[in-house]
Amino acid sequence: MSAPDSSHSFAERSRADTLATEAPGARSTRDSRLARRFAALHEANRAALVTYVMAGDPDPLASRELMARLPAAGADVIELGMPFSDPMADGVAIQRAGQRALANGQTLAGTLDQVRDFRQQDDDTPIVLMGYLNPIQRFGETRFLEAASAAGVDGLILVDLPPEHAATLTAKARDLGLSRIPLVAPTTPAERLPALLAQGDGFVYRIAFNGVTGSQSLDLEGPLGDALAQLKQQTPLPIAVGFGVRDAESAAAVARVADAVVVGSALVERLVESGVEGALELTTSLAGAIAQARRQG
Amino acid sequence: MTDFPDANGFFGDARDGEPGPRYGGRYVAETLMPLIGEIEAAYDAARVDPDFQARFQALQQDYVGRATPLYFAERLTEHFGGAQIYLKREDLTHTGAHKINNALGQALLALRMGRRRLIAETGAGMHGVAVATVAARLGLTCVVYMGATDIERQQPNVQRMRLLGAEIVPVHNGTATLKDAMNEALRDWVANVDDTFYIIGTVAGPAPYPRMVRDFQSVIGRETREQMLTRHARLPDTLIACVGGGSNAMGMFHAFLDDATVSLVGTEAAGDGLESGRHAASLNGGTPGILHGNRTYLLQSDDGQIQDAHSISAGLDYPGVGPEHAYLHDSGRASYVAVTDDEALAAVSLCCQLEGILPALESAHALHEAGRLAATQPADQIIVVCLSGRGDKDMTTITRHLMPEHPTSEETAA
Repeated sequence: MSAPDSSHSFAERSRADTLATEAPGARSTRDSRLARRFAALHEANRAALVTYVMAGDPDPLASRELMARLPAAGADVIELGMPFSDPMADGVAIQRAGQRALANGQTLAGTLDQVRDFRQQDDDTPIVLMGYLNPIQRFGETRFLEAASAAGVDGLILVDLPPEHAATLTAKARDLGLSRIPLVAPTTPAERLPALLAQGDGFVYRIAFNGVTGSQSLDLEGPLGDALAQLKQQTPLPIAVGFGVRDAESAAAVARVADAVVVGSALVERLVESGVEGALELTTSLAGAIAQARRQG
Repeated sequence: MTDFPDANGFFGDARDGEPGPRYGGRYVAETLMPLIGEIEAAYDAARVDPDFQARFQALQQDYVGRATPLYFAERLTEHFGGAQIYLKREDLTHTGAHKINNALGQALLALRMGRRRLIAETGAGMHGVAVATVAARLGLTCVVYMGATDIERQQPNVQRMRLLGAEIVPVHNGTATLKDAMNEALRDWVANVDDTFYIIGTVAGPAPYPRMVRDFQSVIGRETREQMLTRHARLPDTLIACVGGGSNAMGMFHAFLDDATVSLVGTEAAGDGLESGRHAASLNGGTPGILHGNRTYLLQSDDGQIQDAHSISAGLDYPGVGPEHAYLHDSGRASYVAVTDDEALAAVSLCCQLEGILPALESAHALHEAGRLAATQPADQIIVVCLSGRGDKDMTTITRHLMPEHPTSEETAA
């Protein structure tokens, strides 16, 4: 295991990309909270800890409290789930989190409100909204993008929007300074990557294995390690790995080969089992493991 | 009209230079995108492969029992005293419903692609039984996802699938009905992409499923057309079929889409009545949105959360509808009416007593509309109803509602 290939460092790739593509006048996603945060972490030779919480889970107050305290516990980026009744790519932990949130009255407007509140006290930690397309379309695509941008959202992960159907939304999002984070799967063939990456921004989310969120296996020795090395050759964007990171050990292992470690189901489960304090404890322990990961060589 | 979907899987076209409403597409997680592409390529090759078609047709004839009869329902016609009512007897196929047409086609495609594990979702259990049946016939493994609520109300089909060697996975999430079974099947597929083929049972899901399922079911309409021309030297005036996801209706309608004189009517489940809010009528009571890989009409809240569907018939108990129906609805080519639980039950009773045919509760929704319409039309008009399945599976429900004085043995024991 080694630190990311320095000849293709994120910072260098990022600068090259900025020169090539930045459009004048638009609020740039290149000088975004995400870009600044990843650049700083790269300087420190540390992977980012990306923590997933479901907006409104288990109730609006606890969700807001957890979100507010995540950065101090060591979260570098916050992924905020937008609950959906039929989350077909999520495992049981995140599915239940969404059901709890919806049962407690969470709405998309409420989720944006939660971001706005967070921004009152933290203007640095990037926030990425993750979810499914239907609630967004119902809200109104343009209205949603404008409201998200105004609330202080930095990026979007839209599980069921493939690049084939995403051109319009991506262009609108980019104009509003919102990064569209592409999902790359183990099944993604090489010929699909250019289209996926061309719409991508902020970072790339590499799904560790075929399955739903929260499945319990992660093998970094085999094909995943090779795939990450190949992916790094093709994009200047930082690469996050998610699905299957459950504890300090697996977080450290991912931190050695990727630019960011995504923890979702494990955190959501901990929140239900032992409340906000428990979830923060897990965050602290994961952050500690990630900070040490590359030093242990 | 028969040219859809386009290359991206959309039904619908530009209007007045502006993009019109389009339905369908491929709204799925990235993990599935490459697989769906593979299926589409394999299907397009199979369509034009004479060997594939020959095997499909041979099994359709000798195993499924096609062609199914186009039966003149003389006493129903007399009863309503108007248009002539014909029944396309899909209930007489092997396994007792039209579902086997599609299950057989997709299973042969899976075999061709080297995928030996079949998964399926099922509501009423007819699609599950069909997939379990063809899996047994072709020597493939079969896992069926079924909502716990549906398992309860469709016991005979559950036992039948087990007997055929299928594994039944009860789904307790959400409302524990068809949509939740579909979510769970999609999750299985994402996790087992290498050896698994997902046989979707209706004309919904990501492209190419709506087109592929329609094509495998379109034999219903082709036969009907031929039988009508042979017997009457003319086309029918009206086709009526029930619509949950809408596979028997698409199968019946497709061969007639370009025949402007043939009126197409889909019957949705109105449950307790549209105004009650407890129904499954996505076209009559829903709005466009995205679910299970396609854009279509859905029952959803103002916040875009999918709502529960309600119907006495498990097969219609789905909060969405196939995207081609959404397109036919918007374009006006087909019309969609809603039929309540009570109306469907009355049609079951009438069909049993006048024709000696026990229809599935799903099909009874179409029978009700046929009777209503026939009574308003002259005797030279011809209505064909797709009798999509038989009602044996519904006996517990039918008994409870129509003959509470004669409970079934299970209920007596309970």
